[in-house]
Parts: sequence; C-alpha cells; structure tokens
Amino acid sequence: MVLTGAEIVIRCLQEEKIEHVFGYPGGAVLHIYDELFKQESVRHVLVRHEQAAVHAADAYARSTGRAGVALVTSGPGVTNAVTGIATAYMDSIPVVIISGQVPVPAIGQDAFQEVDTVGITRPCVKHNFLVKDVRDIAPTMKKAFYLAESGRPGPVLVDIPKDVTAARCEFRYPADISIRSYNPVVKGHQGQIRKALQLIFEAKRPMIYTGGGVTLADASEKLIRFAKSLGAPVTNTLMGLGGFPATDKLFVGMLGMHGTFEANMSMQYCDVLIAIGARFDDRVIGDPAHFGQVPRKIVHIDIDPSSISKRVKVDVPIVGDVGEVLDELNRMLDATAERPDAQAISDWWKQIDAWRTRDCLAYKNSDEIIKPQFVIQKLYEITKGEAFVTSDVGQHQMWAAQYYLFDKPRRWINSGGLGTMGVGIPYAMGVQLAHPGSPVAVVTGEASVQMCIQELSTCKQYRLPIKICNLNNRYLGMVRQWQQLFHGNRYSESYMDSLPDFAKLAEAYGHVGLRIDKPGDVEGALRESFKRKNELVFLDFQVDQTENVYPMVQGGKGLTEMILSSEDL
Amino acid sequence: MRHVISLLLENEAGALSRVSGLFSARAYNIESLTVAPTEDPSLSRMTIVTSGSDDVIEQITKQLNKLIEVVKVVDLSEAAHVERELMLIKVRATGKDREELKRTADIFRGRIIDVTESSYVIELTGDSRKLDAFIEAIDRSLILETVRTGVCGVGRGDRILRL
Repeated sequence: MVLTGAEIVIRCLQEEKIEHVFGYPGGAVLHIYDELFKQESVRHVLVRHEQAAVHAADAYARSTGRAGVALVTSGPGVTNAVTGIATAYMDSIPVVIISGQVPVPAIGQDAFQEVDTVGITRPCVKHNFLVKDVRDIAPTMKKAFYLAESGRPGPVLVDIPKDVTAARCEFRYPADISIRSYNPVVKGHQGQIRKALQLIFEAKRPMIYTGGGVTLADASEKLIRFAKSLGAPVTNTLMGLGGFPATDKLFVGMLGMHGTFEANMSMQYCDVLIAIGARFDDRVIGDPAHFGQVPRKIVHIDIDPSSISKRVKVDVPIVGDVGEVLDELNRMLDATAERPDAQAISDWWKQIDAWRTRDCLAYKNSDEIIKPQFVIQKLYEITKGEAFVTSDVGQHQMWAAQYYLFDKPRRWINSGGLGTMGVGIPYAMGVQLAHPGSPVAVVTGEASVQMCIQELSTCKQYRLPIKICNLNNRYLGMVRQWQQLFHGNRYSESYMDSLPDFAKLAEAYGHVGLRIDKPGDVEGALRESFKRKNELVFLDFQVDQTENVYPMVQGGKGLTEMILSSEDL
Repeated sequence: MRHVISLLLENEAGALSRVSGLFSARAYNIESLTVAPTEDPSLSRMTIVTSGSDDVIEQITKQLNKLIEVVKVVDLSEAAHVERELMLIKVRATGKDREELKRTADIFRGRIIDVTESSYVIELTGDSRKLDAFIEAIDRSLILETVRTGVCGVGRGDRILRL
C-alpha cells in the first residue's frame, strides 16, 4: 500500500498501539496533523507549550511502562521540548519524540524555524535520527520504539523534514528489528550471581539499596520476595520509591540528602550492600570518599555497565535486567536453606531500630500555621496512600517523598535526576490520561507551579480532574533553606513578591480554586476536593514560610553528617 | 596514562559527532582522533588517543560502548599493538639547508614528495615519538607547516577487531 510519509507516521503509531500523543502543531508537522485529523485511534492532546508535551508523554511512560509519544514542530517547537527530553533522559524514561524539520533542500540554509535538532538534542537522548527518505520512516519508527523501551530505557527523537512527510512510498511496518551495534544484556552472569549470593550469606549487616531501575524493570514483586527471604533492610532512592512498600517493616525509608537517619546510617554501616538499579549519585551517597571510609562489600546489579563502578568501586558487578537477575537470585535462594547468620541479622535490626527511635521525620505541628509536612500526611490519609502523586522540584518534593508512603511502583512521579521545576502539572496530565478515574495529586510550590501554569488550560480542555496541592510559602523554599544554612541568611532572590491569587487564577482557567490558611481547614479542603471527581481543584495552602526539610546532608558532605533538625544548626 | 582506543562504528552521518560529543560532555581528553571507512563500507574504524586514570578509561570504554552506533570497542594499549601516524611537513629549503634536510629525512626514512626552489614537503610515518623526534632534529625556524593525521593503531598478531 502506497502512503505518504505523514500517513506512515500515523500508521506506525497505530502499529505500536499508541493511544495518546502529546503535541503542538506548526508548519513543519502540518502534514502529520492532517493525518491525525483523519483518524480516531491515536488521540492527540494539545498542550500549551511543547515542554509540557514531553513531560506529559514522560509521565505517561512512568506510570504505565510503555513509551510515551510527543509530537512537536521544527525550530522553537524542538527547543521548547529540550527540557522535557533532558528530564526523561536523566531518569531513563522511554519517550519517542517526533519533530518536524524544514524540507530537506532547505536544511542548512537558515530556513524559517530551522534548528539543528539532531545536534541540539544529541547529548540528552538515548539516540536520535534524521529521516531524509520516506522509505526510512517505518523502520526508523520501529527502531525508535525498540531503543526507547529496551535495555536502559530513554528518550529517542525522530526528526522528519516536511517534504519527507509529503513524499510517498510502499508502507510495511517491520515485525521486528535487530541492530547489530545494540544488544543490551538481559540475563546476568551466572557465576557473578552465585558469587553475590555467597557474599550475602556471609553478611552480618546486609542492606538492600534500590533505585528507579526496579520500577523500570517492573521488578517490584521480585524485590519484595528477595528482601523477605533475607530479612534484610531496604532503602529506596527518590526514583525508587514504591519499588518496595513503604509501609513494610523492612523498609527504612528513603536515603540520601534528605533521607531518613536510619536509612543513611544503615547504608553507611552495612557490611554487604546490594545495590539494585541505582547509581550511587551525589544526592544519594554524598561524598564518595567519606562513604568509602567504612569497609563493606558491594554487589551492584544494573542493566547499564557504565553505571557500575562509576562513582563507587564495587566488588561484584552484575550486568543484566534487574528483574531477570532477581528471578535468578530468588531461584537460588529457594533451592537452598542457607541464609545469613540469624543472630547477626537480629543484632543488625536491633541497631537499626535504635536508629529509628531518633524519629527523624518528627516535626512540631501547629494550630496556628499550616505545616507543609502536615498537608502531605493528610493527603496520604485521605487518599489512603493510593493516589498517583506527581511533584515539582524543591522542598515540597522532598516532603512528598518523605511523608507520602508509596506501597506500589509507578505511583510516585517526579523529576529525580534533572530536577526540573514545572513538571508537576504536565506529569499529572500524562498520568491522568493513562489512568482515567484514578486519583491524581500534584504536590507543588508557588514557584515551580508557575513554570508550566499554562497547562491548566490543557487540563480544562481534556477535563483532567487532578488535585493540585500548592505548598505556598512565598519563597523558593529549597533555595531559601540553602541560603539560611550555608549562605549566612542572605536570601538572594529567593523571595517571591507579587504572587497571583492562585484560587482566582484556577477559576479564570475554569477550575475550582481554594485558598487554605488554617491547619484546621486542611483536611476538609482535601476531602472536598477529592469528592469533586470531575473537577480540577487547585488548593493553595498558605504554609509556614520558614520550615526546612530535615534530615539534611549538605552537598559534598558525608552521608552520616546529617543535620537532623533546626536544633543542630 | 596514555591509551589508544580503537572502535568500529556504523559509517553514518553523525556518528563521529556522537563520539566527539561524548568526550566533551564528560570532560574526557582527546589527544588525537582519526576515522575512515573500512573494507566494509558500512563500517568506520576510529582510533582515539586519550589519557586518564584506570577508572576514567574504564568509563570511556563503557560510555563508548553505550553509543548506539558503536559496534565494538577495544583498548589497544591493554596488549601488544602497533601505532602509526603520518606527518607532512613543509620546510624552507635553501642553500646548505637543502642538503641537511634531505639527509635528516633519509635518516628518518622520510620521503620528499614536493620540491620547489625554496621548500620541501617531507612525508614521514612512524609512531608519534618518531615524528616528534624529527621535528626536534631539524632547525625549528625552517618549519613552514606541519600536518599530522593522528594515531591509528592495530593489535599485533591474533588480536583482531572485526564483526
């Protein structure tokens, strides 16, 4: 069947069973939009800014596991999308971005809305393509989805010049694809796995540390089995939350810069560390030299060899799909009665429980002023821990990570690696479209939320009943916290003057807006908003301006050098 | 430590910039980089001379392997290998210098491939140290231009980098 390039693009999306495409039209993609118009199976979601298109596609992927798709035009369409692409890249999220390009003969002529898309996006994609021949569209789209979703996932961009979308050729979608230079390892090396298990059996203080890789591999159930059969403590990174149930007694909380006292202490003082789908980044272990002061053996399971021994030397590297390796470990555990020494494990837990008594997440609540932590705790209670929670970036993000207990993976959606302010609302859009009928909350702040506030309009158009919890402290809270702690209270440009009336702003977009000033009104407002099943509610909580996130490890310090409360200052 | 890394990659537009972009993005050194198609026109062979600690070199090879268009990577300096570089050097050759330059070129097994009344172009191959030594051996003030290809290398004997 002979089709135009634009028809082929849509047919490829249909073949991939893509239901939603997030995008924004423009000159170079008009042929593609024309074909979108003529069919029904691929639903297009019109965002208000291309950045949000990629964020929404990214969250769609984070919450479902399938690649999200964004469609943008050439030039500014692409440059606007770059933040979204880099965000997905840093967290290894499968997204396919289709961008329009000026016609092939115009490339390099500084044509209207021309930009070197492949060049600009190269450092923040897993791979990208410029398709100069209509016959290459179908195989390239197939490759794009395969690359995005396999191995260590990531965004893949396909740049298609306008004349290529108008040209015609025979359409055939390849059933499968093989790329000779790309063969991600799936199964872990048997010998290494056996070596790891031997180390684990000899452990007196084992510790399981897992990251986003467990979620990406859908290996949560396997991790739970593995941890339970060892009885070892588990900590999750910010990206790994939900990979292990937060309400399980083996869970010691998130670790890292704002991790719990017990998580950071057990991480530092364990004797065998099992790292699974995590990458020892600077926000997780702090200063690697300080972390290295304590002798411990490290087993590291990751699909990406370059993540292993990058910041911390490991003893037993296992390259492979986290799920496959955990399966193998579980099989081996089932086949033997050997376990780590029970007495040692029990002593280890006594130590951890002693650390737990520090109750490091306790905070002083107030009847007068709303504490941001209290809002998150109420949100958790009212949604029974079952909501999808997206967040922006800053203090509110850390409080959400600390006080909302995620028992299931793919429920906590945030920008961990790049730390992109503004993702909250577009993330919630992607999640809500992927999970219609499920409660979706955005935890945000008055600064972050303004970075993609225009998407309130998209939410109205598609009737997305997300609940936005704005922890409004009139400060760039995390910046203010650093300035207070490390810059002599000099609050350089971290105060926000002339904020909008968010409740009225939400109303202007056609939504419900509420302003909450008193702690006593928090629960009622939240309950009310979740009762409004078909409406977006913007809850503007006026919270304590001076609250800080604790515990805190200062950037560059050791993991155990924690500031636990304002009394430590 | 200096390392010579050799790779096979898809002979496609943009593959070179993925490699060079990786080096600049991750702040790795490049002393030289050469690339050209192989006997199989779908593949290019690239030789990169870089330096760094063992940890850095390990990361470099892993990161190179991660690039989709890179088919195979080998660190030639891990075992016996040969390296060659080609230099074209244009020198001012007048009066008694003409004879002296010719003699020195002969000693280094160089060839004079262009002659004018006042200049020679000398072609010289060898490892980088030999080319450096030639530059040291002649009067610096006579050098008009030097062009070097950068190092290319191949493993000795049974060490073969191919698909």
